[in-house]
Amino acid sequence: MSMLSDVRETMRRDEVWSFMAPPPSLDLDISHGPILYLEELNVSFDGFKAINDLTLYIDAGELRCIIGPNGAGKTTMMDIITGKTRPDSGKAFFGQRIDLLKLSEPQIATAGIGRKFQKPTVFEFHRVIDNLELALRAEKGVWPTLFAKLSSEQQDYLDETLDLIGLKEQRNAMAGSLSHGQKQWLEIGMLLVQQPHLLLVDEPVAGMTHQEMDRTAELLVSLAGKHSVVVVEHDMDFVRSIARKVTVLHQGSVLAEGSMDDVQNDQRVIDVYLGG
Amino acid sequence: MGVFRVLKDDRGGQLLLLFLTVVAIVIPLLNLLVPEGSPFHVTTYTVSLFGKYLTYALLAVAVDLVWGYLGILSLGHAAFFALGGYVMGMYLMRQIGDRGVYGDPILPDFMVFLNWKELPWFWHGLDMFWFAAIMIALVPGLLAFVFGWLAFRSRVTGVYLSIITQALTFALMLAFFRNEMGFGGNNGLTDFKEILGFSLQSDATKVGLFVASAVALALGYLACRWIVTSKLGRVTVAIRDAEDRTRFIGYRVEYFKLWVFTFSAVLAGIAGALYVPQVGIINPGEFSPLNSIELVIWVAIGGRYTLYGAVIGALLVNYAKTLLTGVWPDAWLFALGAMFVLVTLFLPKGIAGIFRRKPA
Repeated sequence: MSMLSDVRETMRRDEVWSFMAPPPSLDLDISHGPILYLEELNVSFDGFKAINDLTLYIDAGELRCIIGPNGAGKTTMMDIITGKTRPDSGKAFFGQRIDLLKLSEPQIATAGIGRKFQKPTVFEFHRVIDNLELALRAEKGVWPTLFAKLSSEQQDYLDETLDLIGLKEQRNAMAGSLSHGQKQWLEIGMLLVQQPHLLLVDEPVAGMTHQEMDRTAELLVSLAGKHSVVVVEHDMDFVRSIARKVTVLHQGSVLAEGSMDDVQNDQRVIDVYLGG
Repeated sequence: MGVFRVLKDDRGGQLLLLFLTVVAIVIPLLNLLVPEGSPFHVTTYTVSLFGKYLTYALLAVAVDLVWGYLGILSLGHAAFFALGGYVMGMYLMRQIGDRGVYGDPILPDFMVFLNWKELPWFWHGLDMFWFAAIMIALVPGLLAFVFGWLAFRSRVTGVYLSIITQALTFALMLAFFRNEMGFGGNNGLTDFKEILGFSLQSDATKVGLFVASAVALALGYLACRWIVTSKLGRVTVAIRDAEDRTRFIGYRVEYFKLWVFTFSAVLAGIAGALYVPQVGIINPGEFSPLNSIELVIWVAIGGRYTLYGAVIGALLVNYAKTLLTGVWPDAWLFALGAMFVLVTLFLPKGIAGIFRRKPA
């Protein structure tokens, strides 16, 4: 039976074979407003529904905060957007045309979606500056990489970024020797030099001091407008300090959406958070 | 210049190249010019022995490239070495011509013995050195490419990949043991007469092969060093340490792994091709899984993630092996095991780790 359906899938008459189709377009088209369309997504792991009929739109240039209790599906949602997890059903489009569900992780990164992980992962055996160099927007095929040389503009750009993330002193230090907060910053820097259109930032201020937190907030706010930024965070003070629009996830779908004040006064949200 | 850039900040590599240059000049002189009675004379046997070590060292460098810099613990690299060796062996067999025991102008002795009437298709063309030279790189490279394409695309990593590489070399060993494969069965290929018209029995040829091995090791080292100091090298280390992260910043991890793995296999093949004329035989035993494991131990003892450490490990361990198996053959495997355990316990970065300053 399954072989028959495989054959049918291959022999479909409404489209050419997948290997003959032109490579998927990576041109971002945001003429209709939103940069990210997630529609009716469903993911389940061994029967547990991590994402349940999730529909969410992010506008171009927007700074959106996503909050929700543990297990609400925040990280899984990011996994879907970046190609790590494939949903069971639903649609995910980047701009009008780029179908995220058909692209691999590197292709999605090249199309312009950058991600910062919950646990900061930098390349510990590389110097700080090399970490940035690796992330820098460039041709990332094997041959271009083998012969790659930094131009002086790129060099300057990396140094500027180092300045911005406050790691100028640590330029030549091994990334593994940085403190937790510094690693977070380095990872944000790596995200910046990729020059993505959409930044997905998972818990950017975990392990940071208040001072560092304020600077992070400043940075993220300054990024919005030129880029679109999605921040997942638990720290409510931090969310309040940057958020214009907040989405609350609960059990894999959107529970509430609106300004911070609206959301905080929403009875359903209070129930979920306070266990009503 | 390129060479200087590549060796900048690489004290070990500079010393290695200096060592190879000295050795490639001094040993031939001591062999060819110093009379045999003199205490400074180096026997031809020793020259070939050292030449063999140098090919092992090149193989070890190839392994360090994929293990130390890419994080792929290949337990089947001896297979690529043996394939390169077999191609060279086939070329040398074709050079024997009608001087074999049966005197057949085309067919190697073992085919006459098996009553074969004509040369199998894959033996054609190998009487020409240029063709053999291409095949020496192509055959191991192609196998690594196909194997790597399947393995890396399915994202097989870690210990599973190691086990598959081990299975690969074991399967090849079993295949090459069979007579009907056309590679001489368990006797392998031997009884070579000459290479490029030079008699393999003459001292000058052996010295020439020794020098060729030293040059190949130097070039192979420089090539690897060039790769690891390029941005590509930084990407491979990134893949080793955080594969997913590398993917999310836009690198196609599979392609990088495939490229470096294939390159490493080609290097191993070249090492094998230089090994065979110096030892005078190639047989399926070279595919033995044990060889691949031993070779990983050389790299571990020498110190991985340095490249020159692999050379130190290969030379020292093999020299020790020659000494010890001469005196007390049964003890060798115990000695090897003990060395491995001691180095792992007390010198986790290998012998090269002693010399290496801490990174800033």
